[in-house]
Amino acid sequence: MGPLANERSIITPYRRHEAGSQPPLSYPAYQSNVRRAPTKPLILLPHTLSEITGPIYGHGEIGETDNDLTRQHGGEPIGERIIVTGRVLDSNGRPVPQALVEVWQANSAGRYIHQRDQHPAPLDPNFTGAGRTLTDENGVYRFVTLKPGPYPWFNHYNAWRPAHIHFSLFGRAFLTRLVTQMYFPGDPFFPYDPIFQSVPDEKARQRMISKFDLETTQPNWATGYKFDIVLRGPEATPFEG
Amino acid sequence: MDLVPNPSQTVGPFFHFSLTTAAHSVRCIAGPQAPGERVWLMCRVLDGDGAPLNDAMIEIWQANAEGKYNHPDDPRISAKDPTFTGFGRLGTDENGMCEFETIKPGRVPGPGNVFQAPHLNVAVYARGLLRQLYTRVYFAGDPANQQDPVLALVPAERRGTLMALSDPARPGHWRFQVHLQGEQETVFFDV
Repeated sequence: MGPLANERSIITPYRRHEAGSQPPLSYPAYQSNVRRAPTKPLILLPHTLSEITGPIYGHGEIGETDNDLTRQHGGEPIGERIIVTGRVLDSNGRPVPQALVEVWQANSAGRYIHQRDQHPAPLDPNFTGAGRTLTDENGVYRFVTLKPGPYPWFNHYNAWRPAHIHFSLFGRAFLTRLVTQMYFPGDPFFPYDPIFQSVPDEKARQRMISKFDLETTQPNWATGYKFDIVLRGPEATPFEG
Repeated sequence: MDLVPNPSQTVGPFFHFSLTTAAHSVRCIAGPQAPGERVWLMCRVLDGDGAPLNDAMIEIWQANAEGKYNHPDDPRISAKDPTFTGFGRLGTDENGMCEFETIKPGRVPGPGNVFQAPHLNVAVYARGLLRQLYTRVYFAGDPANQQDPVLALVPAERRGTLMALSDPARPGHWRFQVHLQGEQETVFFDV
């Protein structure tokens, strides 16, 4: 066997997205998209080791209050305390353990601590709005935080984003990387929000909405929301590549 | 059980205080102990008007100097390499730029038992992008580019958009421009 044969590797490609389940590249109702979305078709890439491996990143860097956004300062932040929890699964239904989950959000008044958010709503000295955690062996994550407020933006006249928490996930591969947003049930801004509406399939849109959960809710302390997250999973059949 | 992955949503304009703080940015992809040819890669992201994006985030994933990924699904890796994560993540500045320090990766096996040319795998995130864009950085002038099976999928006239260019005045320094639109639009991949 020559050196090439020795370097041979077995590749299990990942499943591709179903039509309509992801937002398109171009969605002009979202104005920032107009001069930023590529206009030429993507080139289909067969999966190689470059795509099916990925950063095993963030381990050992989790601080004690990183998953409790209400305890990161000297006092209690103001707002509705909530527990957000769920499982991270792959598209084959297998839990994704040891996955880094990062979140960021506005405070209960709808204001981000970010310097580029200057709209007239108060900052909360006891709330930053950033958190991170790792999923456990069953793919379960859990955050304690505040319910974020909706906030105005400049996309169109009288535009407001539905209340949301940004999620960023590292799965097992560079192609399982997911940045998304979690919404709350019954938000009145859904019909007017081009970011939410950019996902063509109605069922896919519903998967971005957390569910109120009485079991997660803790008496006299915090309301609970369930939000499961599905990442791409491998195909059933490996091939030599 | 078949489940449908969650839809992607834009990273938006306000991610920095979570994803690219000093503690969570990763400028150095390969530590000083990592063997290989040292590379400083300046990336720049431009929109359809040629204006720099001051609110983009770039992530890089790459193999080590031997062409091996620091990951359990690379069957040629026997143990985690402590000198080398292979991962980088930075936000762009007011000029749309960010600079990574790394090493030039080795050649990774590709489809059909052909070796790929040295390349970095890149994901671009920004306000306005509803999902991340995947591209690759190759090294202009590397003879291996001629046989690369992925470059072969790209129309010849667009391959140049995937090339980092070396700075003749500063050895080891490379530049890579991401054009989101326009005549020079970068090749993005459907992975």
